[in-house]
Amino acid sequence: MSTYRGVHDIGGLPGGEIVPSEHDYALWEKRVDALMVILSRKNLLTVDELRRNIESLGADAYDKMGYYERWIYAITQTLIQRGVISIDELGGRIAQVQARTDDAN
Amino acid sequence: MSDHHHEEGVPHRHPNRPDQDDTLTYWRAMEIAVRELLIEKQVTSPDEVRTEVEAMDDRTPAHGGRVVARAWTDPAYRRLLLEDGNTACEQVGLERGLYKLVAVENTEKVHNVVVCTLCSCYPRFLLGLPPDWYKSRSYRSRVINSPREVLREFGTVVEDDVVVRVHDSTADMRYLVVPKRPAGTEGWSETQLAELVTRDAMIGVSFAREP
Amino acid sequence: MRVREAYPIGHVRTPFYVRGKSGVIERLCGTYPNPEELAYARPGLPAQPLYRVRFLQCDVWNGYQGGRSDTVDVEIYQHWLLSQ
Repeated sequence: MSTYRGVHDIGGLPGGEIVPSEHDYALWEKRVDALMVILSRKNLLTVDELRRNIESLGADAYDKMGYYERWIYAITQTLIQRGVISIDELGGRIAQVQARTDDAN
Repeated sequence: MSDHHHEEGVPHRHPNRPDQDDTLTYWRAMEIAVRELLIEKQVTSPDEVRTEVEAMDDRTPAHGGRVVARAWTDPAYRRLLLEDGNTACEQVGLERGLYKLVAVENTEKVHNVVVCTLCSCYPRFLLGLPPDWYKSRSYRSRVINSPREVLREFGTVVEDDVVVRVHDSTADMRYLVVPKRPAGTEGWSETQLAELVTRDAMIGVSFAREP
Repeated sequence: MRVREAYPIGHVRTPFYVRGKSGVIERLCGTYPNPEELAYARPGLPAQPLYRVRFLQCDVWNGYQGGRSDTVDVEIYQHWLLSQ
């Protein structure tokens, strides 16, 4: 039987050395986490939608993106899917945020 | 690996890595953008976000340590913990959490270790945020089929006559390993005992600290 | 119980490594909305029974290096399980 395996479904695949690394989470990461909890509580997102969006990242993105980068990607995808924010608003605001930083530099 | 030794389970804060909050990557810009849009739409507020960040900061493995220490000293509480983990947490003044907490007990015959192979499920409401390695590809892919080898890499040797059980939290349960109470702690207070309970022992990759 | 041997795309919470494997029910965890549906913002009802299924590691992995009684416990929704 040919099979399909999600990029995230990695139990039992070859893996390398486990580096017992940890880091104190940056504020932006904690805010991403907080956003997930808040949106979940308000029934604007489920952890299942979050996971599904993360799982649909390609293997390359899944491996290369940081943990909370994948989360903010998935949270935002969910908000777009749910119609809470529009792509237009999102694009505009990201550009504005980036411009603010450029101005400040 | 962090470049200084630190005691497992002793809550303290490292300084934020200096470049993290200074570089505006695309994804960091997205976080700001989305948060601002949601605040403008009155979906959330700055206070709500701040409160949530602080609430998570306050959740540390020390909470799990209190639960374990009580289970070690109080047989009725231990039974409650094994039967209804959420209520057991509530009883010591901690959050119940939204997910069902299943406590699995290490004994002379059984050693438990927890993973989420599909993502990174973890009893966050009790222990706070998980360490990076727990969420890593190498842990998630290897502990499930080579638990004894992985435990050895963490410095934990499980005897051949002890059964190793790996718990893959694929659904709505969250797992807490109750490590074995170390010998030589007779008469210790709950507070003293709680200090022996490390986060890694509650994940199952380590034993509790020796006195 | 045997886990169905099926490999759909979509948000599936039955790990690849247990598909087609046999284990025993360790406990009924309760009933929960189906995550495969929740993942698409659908209600996932009626709620499905969720079981903890215990597998012997040596049944799951070829060449498992560990105790013959070592187990892996996985939470699996009823619609992924066949009795056998």
